Amino acid sequence: MLLGRTANGLYWMNRYIERAENMARLVDAGLRMALTRTQNASEEWNSVLLSAGSDYAFSQKYQDYTAANVSDFLLRDTSNPSSTMSSIETARNNARMVRTALTRETWESINEAWMSLKRMLARPIDERDLPTVLDAIKRETALIRGSFYGTMLRNEIFDFSQLGTYVERADNTARILDVKYYVLLPSLSWVGSTLDNYQWESILRSVSAHRSYRWVYEADYKPTNIADYLILNVRMPRSLTFCYRFLGEHLKFLADDYGERHACHATAEKIQALLKRGSIKDIFDHGLHEFLAEFIRDNTRLGDEIAQDYRFH
Amino acid sequence: MVSEGSTRLAAFDEMLPEVSGLRRPYEAYDRWLKEQDPARLTQKMQDAERVFRKTGITFAVYGEQEASERLIPFDIVPRILSGHEWRRLTQGIEQRVQALNAFLDDIYHRQEILRAGRVPRDLVARNEAFLPEMIGVKPPAGVYTHIIGVDIVRISENEFYVLEDNARTPSGVSYMLENRETMMQLFPELFQKIKVRPVENYPQLLRQSLAAVRPQSAKGAPTIAVLTPGSYNSAYFEHAFLADQMGVQLVEGQDLRVVDGHVAMRTTEGYKQVDVLYRRVDDAFLDPLTFRPDSALGVPGIMDVYRAGNITIANAPGTGIADDKAIYSYMPEIVEFYTGRKAILGNIPTWRCSEPDSLKYVLEHISELVIKEVHGSGGYGMLVGPAATKKECEAFAKKLQAKPSNYIAQPTLALSTCPILTEKGLSPRHVDLRPYVLVSDRIQIVPGGLTRVALKQGSLVVNSSQGGGTKDTWVLDD
Repeated sequence: MLLGRTANGLYWMNRYIERAENMARLVDAGLRMALTRTQNASEEWNSVLLSAGSDYAFSQKYQDYTAANVSDFLLRDTSNPSSTMSSIETARNNARMVRTALTRETWESINEAWMSLKRMLARPIDERDLPTVLDAIKRETALIRGSFYGTMLRNEIFDFSQLGTYVERADNTARILDVKYYVLLPSLSWVGSTLDNYQWESILRSVSAHRSYRWVYEADYKPTNIADYLILNVRMPRSLTFCYRFLGEHLKFLADDYGERHACHATAEKIQALLKRGSIKDIFDHGLHEFLAEFIRDNTRLGDEIAQDYRFH
Repeated sequence: MVSEGSTRLAAFDEMLPEVSGLRRPYEAYDRWLKEQDPARLTQKMQDAERVFRKTGITFAVYGEQEASERLIPFDIVPRILSGHEWRRLTQGIEQRVQALNAFLDDIYHRQEILRAGRVPRDLVARNEAFLPEMIGVKPPAGVYTHIIGVDIVRISENEFYVLEDNARTPSGVSYMLENRETMMQLFPELFQKIKVRPVENYPQLLRQSLAAVRPQSAKGAPTIAVLTPGSYNSAYFEHAFLADQMGVQLVEGQDLRVVDGHVAMRTTEGYKQVDVLYRRVDDAFLDPLTFRPDSALGVPGIMDVYRAGNITIANAPGTGIADDKAIYSYMPEIVEFYTGRKAILGNIPTWRCSEPDSLKYVLEHISELVIKEVHGSGGYGMLVGPAATKKECEAFAKKLQAKPSNYIAQPTLALSTCPILTEKGLSPRHVDLRPYVLVSDRIQIVPGGLTRVALKQGSLVVNSSQGGGTKDTWVLDD
């Protein structure tokens, strides 16, 4: 038996842990672009903010799209509810609320991540230290994930936690693709200029896939392969298909456990069918942007339905 | 300069009294201690703090916005009681707890004790802690106060006094458990050398105890839940800890509602009936339909369910009348009235400022006394005469005269001391003791309790909110 409020806490705890890490990943990719390409760096930082969904809030506070401003806003600004610091704080507050549902190891890893990041992000980050800070964030979230997977019982508590993780991750990957969809369109990338190469690498870096891409596809970046990798590849842990494979699985566990199916099951199945049906060519023919926009909408709806169907409130 | 709450009283030290030297319960520990490298002990002290911070054993301090989570300092020198001392204490505590429950039952039914004139009627009838809504209500299994923390002080080898009865929602038991856990992690070899009676089965006993007082409407194994005001409450860690250790749900008011005459909690599969609620929410917030209408912490209509006998609330609403500081001064009479025997554990002599003669005495001796608010708790709003400046005494005298019935006064007792480890070695500090008592169809007392220690030299205020710390409390298996 699980309280609706506890399921809600687990779901959001994991969404925010995922988000805390995603912010670091986005800044990482932005930093890489800024280092390798001095022109148009501000444009690059702008698309990082767009991917983070924080463009508007940023523009209310800053004029210049610089590495210092953007990384400060996305990593440590507590007035930005999605910053790494805010996210880890919200995750920890949720963990505190659902503490009885967590193993001691999981709780301690979250509490320690919060303590160490709070210390690390207390003062503005010196640009020279940025790589160290980004590594630390990824390490802390990896430790949380490790203790979580290593110690949690695979029951409904685990299911609701995973739903949070994958809804957030799917949203994140889809947004990254949508912000840059135009550089993936065949007409524009036909030539395959150096410029495009950087853009493509940036996309892959945002999801920590720039190395694994080469293990799966050929050494050269090709837009259709990148899109295929991030949308349809079933083994790539941040692809939309991968996320929905696990969302589907955990929703099925819940339906089996409780002996009841809800609206969220139908929605998840609809999205899964969409991902399964076509090849990447079909998606391009349909319109990559249209496909992604619809996906983001449906994914958000799935989150709302989960909350409603399982009485989060 | 004298620090707040400090005195220069000659106190009985429980380990090394000046007259007789090392006391027997501490002999084995002392032997071990002398073999330890001081640097290693200092290291252990730091380890202990890290363990507490890592596991998030913190408490919130009201009125401090910045440091919203703090640790209660922990001292690694245990406070040790012999088996003999403990047996004597438990007899006194059992008697007192029986009397408290009998008193509550009487006060909410026939009121014999008031008719007999042993306790003034006004003191009960006009007391805010007395709930008229409880008149004539019989709680399941007839138990009113299920979990009690009796605060005990010691002033000499054989003199123990009850300082306070906490019959509402006593806190701190998680510290008793975590202190022991921490000590066993830090010094496993000590527990092989010295036989200390275990406390770690407390959560199990608590669960059994709560199950034993389930309402008759509960079918089969009762569903138990802990009701917390939420994660921002100062004792939230403890609420979560106890729910976790008992293996029951930790619920908030927003999770509960009345469904078909029962209290039910909102789960991912719909509403599920709750039979026993261990609530850590004050009476006033329990039911907005009966008590404070602005409360969002409680459950609308729970009192109707309670009156119908369909839920056990532990502790029962209205138990505060039994641990009220004004009632406290009548405890010797109350114990005798219901048990037919003199109280084994004495009270500290108390002046009730509501009585003109007492008020006069208190005003004349204000610099020698400890003066407390009748309804206060946690060491707030009290005056420690010997430690206060003349100005502070005068200011307090004004408050006292304005509302005498709001205060009681007690002599400044030389609370016993127990050494703590400081950078300069062992140093005595004043302590008190809160053993935890469980009442169902029987009375159970876990051998140990929470020892609170005033960390400032000479200070008599042991409350955690006022800079006090804690120690592991050992009852020897002898």
